[in-house]
Amino acid sequence: MKSLRYAGVLGAGLAGVIALAAPMPVAAKDTVSLGIVAFLSGPAAGPYGVPGRNGAEMVIDAINKGTLPAPYGTKGFAGATVAAEYIDESGGNTKQVSEYRNLVQKRGVDAIIGYVSSGSCAAVAPVAEELQTLTVMSVCGTPRIFEEAPREYVFRTMSHATADNIAAAHYVKEMMPDVKSYTGINQNYAWGQDSWRDFSLAMTGLMPDAKVSDKPQFPKIFAGQYGSEISALSLDDAELVHSSFWGGDFEAFILQATPRGFFSQKKVVLTVGGVSAYRLGKRLPDGVAIGSRGPYGILVRDRDTPLNTWFIKTYRDTYGEYPSGAAYQYAQAILATKIAYDKAAEAAGSFPNEKQVREALTGLEFESFAAPVKMALGNGHQAVTEHMYGIVQWDEAAGELGLRDVKVYPAECVMPPADTTSVEWIEAGMPGAKC
Amino acid sequence: MDRTVIGLTVGFALVALLGVFVLPDWLMSQILIAFSRALAVLGLLVLWRTGLISFGHALYFGLGAYTVAMLGKDLGITEVLITLPAAGLVAALVGFALGFIIRKYREIFFAMLNLAFSMVLFGILVKTEALGSTDGFSVEQPTLFGIGTDDSTTKLTALFLGICVIGWLAAIFVHRYLRSILGNLTTAVRDNEIRVEYLGYSVAEAIHGKYVMSAALAGLAGGFMALALGQVDPESMVNWTVSGELVFVTVLAGPGSVAAPFIGSLVFELLRTYAFELVPYAWQLIVGGTLLAVIFFLPGGLWSVISKLGGRSRPSDPPANREEAGR
Repeated sequence: MKSLRYAGVLGAGLAGVIALAAPMPVAAKDTVSLGIVAFLSGPAAGPYGVPGRNGAEMVIDAINKGTLPAPYGTKGFAGATVAAEYIDESGGNTKQVSEYRNLVQKRGVDAIIGYVSSGSCAAVAPVAEELQTLTVMSVCGTPRIFEEAPREYVFRTMSHATADNIAAAHYVKEMMPDVKSYTGINQNYAWGQDSWRDFSLAMTGLMPDAKVSDKPQFPKIFAGQYGSEISALSLDDAELVHSSFWGGDFEAFILQATPRGFFSQKKVVLTVGGVSAYRLGKRLPDGVAIGSRGPYGILVRDRDTPLNTWFIKTYRDTYGEYPSGAAYQYAQAILATKIAYDKAAEAAGSFPNEKQVREALTGLEFESFAAPVKMALGNGHQAVTEHMYGIVQWDEAAGELGLRDVKVYPAECVMPPADTTSVEWIEAGMPGAKC
Repeated sequence: MDRTVIGLTVGFALVALLGVFVLPDWLMSQILIAFSRALAVLGLLVLWRTGLISFGHALYFGLGAYTVAMLGKDLGITEVLITLPAAGLVAALVGFALGFIIRKYREIFFAMLNLAFSMVLFGILVKTEALGSTDGFSVEQPTLFGIGTDDSTTKLTALFLGICVIGWLAAIFVHRYLRSILGNLTTAVRDNEIRVEYLGYSVAEAIHGKYVMSAALAGLAGGFMALALGQVDPESMVNWTVSGELVFVTVLAGPGSVAAPFIGSLVFELLRTYAFELVPYAWQLIVGGTLLAVIFFLPGGLWSVISKLGGRSRPSDPPANREEAGR
């Protein structure tokens, strides 16, 4: 029977696949292996993935050598050397879910750290719970991760995206109190839509007299050409423009709007402008307000603490440029994991098991590179930090981009309390906010 | 029983047994994802044999996925015996409606018109905040006969066995169809439409039928993918890149046999996994390079290697039995 031979060929092929795919030997006990996920290719690699990976790599190196500044100068994760495997976040959520499974089930990593895109985070969170693997999300913004379902294995070590837009509204109220109307330009995908919703809701609460434009712009993501949107915004009477653009779209928008005098005509608040600040340098126009998703990147460049000084100096020595937001955010996720391991080891008196590490990370409060972090929301799984905005001013003397009027908003001012969801909280007028 | 049916039965039974008793979990979940995609590729294979290639079958794939996800989210229906057939049915209905327009076009126009329709759905989903826009939303826990499970191994095994059974049934169905008179028209339509019309068959109707079949298979595939991933979003279910992947696997697998999509899809999945692992910065290069190599050196796809290996062991086979090898 020929069919049986076909089956035989297939079987032999499959056997080959199995042999090829035999699981790697389990890591020795003196090593903690991490899967680190960041965009290594595609449009988010430049602004987020690569600085994020660099920040992680640099801090892991320092942890293994024991050269982090006090009080984190102990070697390794609870004494164990950290081995990192880097994985590309591009390829879509289908790919991310199967890569997550591969990292855990095939390559046997102890924990997974990373993710920039909210879509990837939303897709892997249920898988992390299913496979019972410690997962520390470093950058992704959607508040849904912990508001949708309680998580046991998933943590996020920075504030979620709600803070960006509430802080932006506070900053507008404080620095531009005369603004009578506002509009926005945001990419037409979840991040842009959520950002505009949070900002306009927060503005309704904080500046009820300011009118919202009925023509906010939502160009397609990665469109690259914004001529008609810039014209539409220029014709709109609104004085203030909000944008959550990032990466190549952000740079394209700035470069196309500047020659039209857009930035002298409008007040502009850019919630993630800090991400591209170093790349654009002098081309980022004076007078625009920028944020960097919290106390990171250019917003904290002049903050003079031993941890921050070490971070900036080591990063510049290693990679030849200032660390941008993602570098801080990935480094922060690694640091949080190290502290959890160390703390769990101290409590247990021996090398901690996975559950003890999670318990130590839950509700953890620690001093990160730029600012304190509190794992306060989502039953102690979601971090809150202070938030910052500043206004761009080119520093001629130093030949580099500077900021003026930098304002710091405490975590309790820009992040919702534990018992409510972000949207409900903003809609209710942000009760209990301490600013 | 013809030999393809026996081969398929033995093959799927082997995979199912290996999966349950031997294979590690990660490989099972790769096979699950690969075989889900293979269902859609099976549909494209039918079209390809007719000389048509669609760059837009993510439309039906996505419709299937969102049907399963929305039945759970909005109506609380998680029973797979309802959601999966519904996924296929919704895709088939839309395919039937659009088929009246699409059946008039051939070649690049056929491919691009499909792409256009799929991007319309993509655009709608991206703009719909209630469905999570680009972030998508999670799929409710599936149940079979009202029973669901939180245990990851049990769930994976159940889904794995499910895809093996459905894949087996779909492959046999398509194989039987291709052997029928209507099915045999596939190659005839590709070769000479006018002659087919002279034989008394309607080319438009034949293509329409195949189109609906491929849509239903893609819908079923999408539905299964939604269950396998536990999450739907436009980027990984409806975007043109998904259609591209389906075409990629079709070319990689080759049109030689209904078993080819399953093998090609699994090779594709493993190829990406190892490319990711070995060259995280340039995995696309490996994947793209492989497709180029296949096009250059194996115009019949991976299946041509397998059929050669299978055929070589008994060179005295009469040519009639080897018709599939030559395609």
